[in-house]
Amino acid sequence: MSDSAQPGPRITEDQVRHVAKLARLHPTDAQVGHFAHQLDAILDYVAKLSGVDVEGVEPMPHAIDTVNVWREDEPAPGLSPETALGNAPQRDGEFFATPKVLGDGGGA
Amino acid sequence: MDVAFATIAQLKQALADGATAESLARATLERIAAIDPALGAFREVIGDAAIARAKSIDGDGASGPLAGVPIAIKDCMCHVEGTTACSSKMLEHYRSPFTATAVERLEAAGAVVVGKTAMDEFAMGSSCENCAFGVTRNPWDASRVPGGSSGGSACAVGAGMVAAALGSDTGGSIRQPASLCGVVGLKPTYGRISRWGLVAFASSLDQIGPFTRTVEDAALLSSVMFGKDPLDATSADLPVDGDLTDVDRDPGPMRIGLPKQYRLEGANDPAVDEAVERAQKAFEAAGAEVVEVDLPHTEYGIATYYVVATAEASSNLARFDGVHYGHRSPGVDDLVELYSKSRSEGFGEEVQRRIMLGTYVLSAGYYDAYYNRALKVRRLIRGDFDAAFDAVDAILCPTATGPAFEIGAKTDDPLAMYLNDVYTVPASLAGLPAVSLPGGFAQVDGKPLPVGVQLIGKAFDEARLLRLARVVERSADHASARPDLGALAGAG
Repeated sequence: MSDSAQPGPRITEDQVRHVAKLARLHPTDAQVGHFAHQLDAILDYVAKLSGVDVEGVEPMPHAIDTVNVWREDEPAPGLSPETALGNAPQRDGEFFATPKVLGDGGGA
Repeated sequence: MDVAFATIAQLKQALADGATAESLARATLERIAAIDPALGAFREVIGDAAIARAKSIDGDGASGPLAGVPIAIKDCMCHVEGTTACSSKMLEHYRSPFTATAVERLEAAGAVVVGKTAMDEFAMGSSCENCAFGVTRNPWDASRVPGGSSGGSACAVGAGMVAAALGSDTGGSIRQPASLCGVVGLKPTYGRISRWGLVAFASSLDQIGPFTRTVEDAALLSSVMFGKDPLDATSADLPVDGDLTDVDRDPGPMRIGLPKQYRLEGANDPAVDEAVERAQKAFEAAGAEVVEVDLPHTEYGIATYYVVATAEASSNLARFDGVHYGHRSPGVDDLVELYSKSRSEGFGEEVQRRIMLGTYVLSAGYYDAYYNRALKVRRLIRGDFDAAFDAVDAILCPTATGPAFEIGAKTDDPLAMYLNDVYTVPASLAGLPAVSLPGGFAQVDGKPLPVGVQLIGKAFDEARLLRLARVVERSADHASARPDLGALAGAG
């Protein structure tokens, strides 16, 4: 039963670095070791789920049965640009300012 | 009037007898100023806004069901007054351009928000020790935690600073602190109260609910907040029982289930088991049939929860990028570095740990083994409850395994902290309503520490759940017990 495959080795420091990169976090080397140790213990505990027989069970992503809800696509009042930018840590006129994305700035 | 330890019902009586909303707001603010420095229940007090609002209520002669009643809201509920910080450096200066629907409904009913209560950062924690701006203390023993994540709200009501406060519950964050602070805490059915304006932690689990000193007051706040909101597509389009506030109504034939899995061998403080036994006897004395029920997947609740909740959190908290709002790392000229440095500087350690756990269980190669499997076990947990509710109307069990623990006792061991939630996460995963009630006291080091009992109901059956809660409440007057706050002076 493919579902019950063991979840593989517990987490290493290299995996913590990889996950931190995916999560856009920037842990220090000391934090990496610390997180690896703690996440390892948590994943070890969570591995008990592999012992449950879930053959034929549908995943339950929502707490209650829900159906998609549509609304009419009609214009309605929203936040003004000034309000929307009110919490921006850095702005440029009516825009949120970011470091340069293309070219010399490197970016992604 | 003396607002200390007042209930909403008593405040309403005082208002009917001629007290002004302004006088209640001022008395409440004075009480907070006098005792909160030693407790830390409030992250921010919005005194000027509260006084202005109370004056306008006095001027209008407003007659809503909460007209002039001071309340507190948890720091993760958007509000146009003051800041909405989620007790995080990430949102320390965030001023919301709108107010959460639940808060807006209470304000429309006349409630006066006096402040934002401290919480575990982004609602992640069970002790209020993960707050970026200092810990919150338990009013019954200031060396102990108030529980979490809604610990500030539980403390504010438990210390008699406000008659009511809002919390949010993802895996027990209303019920567990209610138990530890000796107050009533209700987590309604998922979908009963709009999540619009509640800063998201785990969207399939998050639910707003009230902290109060009495079941009657919890019902009153619920009656104002419950109901469909077009701004939250997951809010339930179901009628709200018009008799919700009539908690003294006969609940009818009562069948109460005791899950055998909630008496883990050696896990519970004896005072917790005694509290459940007392509640059981109260039901029996009121004519209830009490039977054992089987919830066989209970032991998988915590593991399931910490996969599902962290997965959802890792997605929800991706919005904090240092660009649109919140903390931005200074002097960074690379976009990805801006994201990651802003997030690592803005988020505390527990939040980062959960984001990483959630990212891991959703990542390639692990999604099926962890996330998808947890969603399947979640359905089995829901199935346990469905089967049990064929035979009973409500389930009686502990809220937490013991009374409040000492500050610092579990901070180095996240897993031990997570296991606090063993009795509260199953109802969260199943989306069911559950209430924690004062159940008695444990005597620890010569001090009484509250312990709660939990009642879990059928989906959208809050009216009956609260009537059943009232049966327990009527049997023992734990709510009138008050912490000795005189001891606080030296505790700060």
